[in-house]
Amino acid sequence: MSGHSNYVPKTGFERWLDARLPVARLAYDSLIDFPTPKNLNYWYTFGGILALCLGIQLATGIVLAMHYVPHVDYAFASIERIMRDVNYGWLIRYMHSNGASMFFIAVYAHMFRGLYYGSYKAPRELLWILGCVIYLLMMATAFMGYVLPWGQMSFHGAVVITNLFGALPIIGESITTWLWGGFAVDNATLNRFFSLHYLMPFMIAGVVILHVWALHVTGNNNPTGVHVQSKADTVPFHPYYTVKDGFAIAVFMLMFAAFVFFSPNALGHPDNYIPANPLVTPAHIVPEWYFLPFYAILRAVPDKLMGVLLMFGAIAVLFILPWLDTSRVRSLRYRPTTRMYFFIFVVACFVLGFCGGKLPDEHVIPGLKTFQLIDADLNSMVWLSRFATAYYFAYFLIVLPVMGLSEAPLDQPKSISEPVLSPSAALPAGAAASPEKRG
Amino acid sequence: MLRKGLAIAALGLALVGGPALAAGSQKEPRTVAWSFSGPFGKFDRAQLQRGFKVYREVCAACHSMNLMSFRNLGQKGGPFYDPKYPNPNDNPYVKTIAKEYEVSDIDPETGDVVKRPATPADRFPNPYPNEAAARAGNGGALPPDFSTLSKARKGGADYVYSLMTGYGTPPAGLEVPSGQYYNPYMLGDVSAFWKGEGYAPKGGFIAMPPQLTPDKVTFDDDTKSTISQQAKDVAAFMAWASEPKLEERKAFGVGAMIYLTILAGLLYVSYRRIWRNVAH
Repeated sequence: MSGHSNYVPKTGFERWLDARLPVARLAYDSLIDFPTPKNLNYWYTFGGILALCLGIQLATGIVLAMHYVPHVDYAFASIERIMRDVNYGWLIRYMHSNGASMFFIAVYAHMFRGLYYGSYKAPRELLWILGCVIYLLMMATAFMGYVLPWGQMSFHGAVVITNLFGALPIIGESITTWLWGGFAVDNATLNRFFSLHYLMPFMIAGVVILHVWALHVTGNNNPTGVHVQSKADTVPFHPYYTVKDGFAIAVFMLMFAAFVFFSPNALGHPDNYIPANPLVTPAHIVPEWYFLPFYAILRAVPDKLMGVLLMFGAIAVLFILPWLDTSRVRSLRYRPTTRMYFFIFVVACFVLGFCGGKLPDEHVIPGLKTFQLIDADLNSMVWLSRFATAYYFAYFLIVLPVMGLSEAPLDQPKSISEPVLSPSAALPAGAAASPEKRG
Repeated sequence: MLRKGLAIAALGLALVGGPALAAGSQKEPRTVAWSFSGPFGKFDRAQLQRGFKVYREVCAACHSMNLMSFRNLGQKGGPFYDPKYPNPNDNPYVKTIAKEYEVSDIDPETGDVVKRPATPADRFPNPYPNEAAARAGNGGALPPDFSTLSKARKGGADYVYSLMTGYGTPPAGLEVPSGQYYNPYMLGDVSAFWKGEGYAPKGGFIAMPPQLTPDKVTFDDDTKSTISQQAKDVAAFMAWASEPKLEERKAFGVGAMIYLTILAGLLYVSYRRIWRNVAH
């Protein structure tokens, strides 16, 4: 797609096709001949894993939709019918429900990799933003999918999340009514969620095409962050990366299969096997694990509107990230101070996820009573999530802009091949001694 | 690098997945060594039959099982599965059990509502005609449906077993409201009824009185009918009813894991071979 092509049609048919619709050329250029940096590590295999996840969700989802009944009176029983009476329905349904979790594990690994190696930096800003769009669509799709079984968590989760829009001034109430298709979460809501849950994966697939297209224009980033200089820096995608990605996919599938076959409900909530009842609220409404960090940010703020804005802000900040990071060096390999802040950022994300699953008043260190700080005990989940939220935003809004200007990076290799071919050149003795030289 | 990645992913799940199920005041259920736990677990057929008997003679008076049909009892993995009858509707045990129940039907000649003996294709009849009747018969409380109950509670079969055997004298200082029973394994909050020292005990009130007594159910295989045995058997039966395809799933899973391990091994060898001449 990036212009130059090494494709040579071999048969008469291929020449005929190539002159009319060069799909074979497209496939050859993007999947076989595509020159890829030869130093990609296993963190770079999550793109392929994600493509597989999307394929699995689409395939299983289309079959599930053949048996599912989107109606408040029948949805729960129809899911159980799939599990009990449809041939291998249990397999299809558990692959789909656990597949959502696997999709998010892979996407989070993919995003942390992008953050670490600076894959969002020029010229890959659009590539990164398209990825953020995919992530946003994934979250909407996963949320609506979780509502479809119409269990207790489905229903009350839908109530909590749709009510968030009610916090917006003036238009909030009209928006929630519009989302619900009525004055409460009910059959109309379930029907539209089913419709949108079926539509959105295809929108994701569309943006994935753009994402891959953008990738093939700029080419892969790599762990050094240094541009490809010559042919010596790259290998053809096939067979080098098809086999490496293939191995990673097989290992990932082992983990996926362990959940599907031996612990299919471990990542869900038991309350979702109770049919939805609007009159009985579960003791503790929690979203699926992949939303917990955002749930913690939402609850960290005492004001509902501010909480909602901050929660959406946590995703919005990713969109402007390419312009927040002021450093000219891509890879955090050569930015030791920022790298330290990055690892704290990863911990903060996990801490937010941990807090999101707990009650806000719960003690972080059990039994230890400290002192009341404004509205809650200091030793409480709500304060822990506040500190983590503050760090989350500070990383993007303070650390990255400031460190990019003030940190003296280590010397980068001149090319990808350099550290490979002459290990001594990769770590010059004077690297730390001459930090004023920016790469 | 990959191992590190997987370790981080596993750590993340352990951190995040666990607490998502947390909170609420109840005692951790006691763990039972179930025949169906673990990757090679299978249901104990005799236990399922005993459990069905407990359900039928004790629980079914109040608890429905709306998603279960009689045929399920004779399907592969079910309590009365017989390889001679691959179609459970032909299974004589199942037919006999079904015949002992009466279900409503419409007389095709007259259109009148009539009662007829059930067939294996019929659902388990609900003990109450509707929710209001169920509540009226149980002091306002609704006995939950058993079809998915085992997987709808944290702890699953362990929870059912612990709850059924967990009744006892309530701790001194706890004022139990009339028509309610204290059970430490029940999710709830009894602090408003606690007049004793320190924190209120874990657990909650349940409208169901203790149901199991020694020898309440006579087991056909001469198993000693203790409270613990009855509770274990009915918990196993409910676990099967919640996940009737558990055996098929785990057997399939063992094959899938072997296949994927071999595939991963072959791909790793291919990867090493293809990359052997590339410095990277």
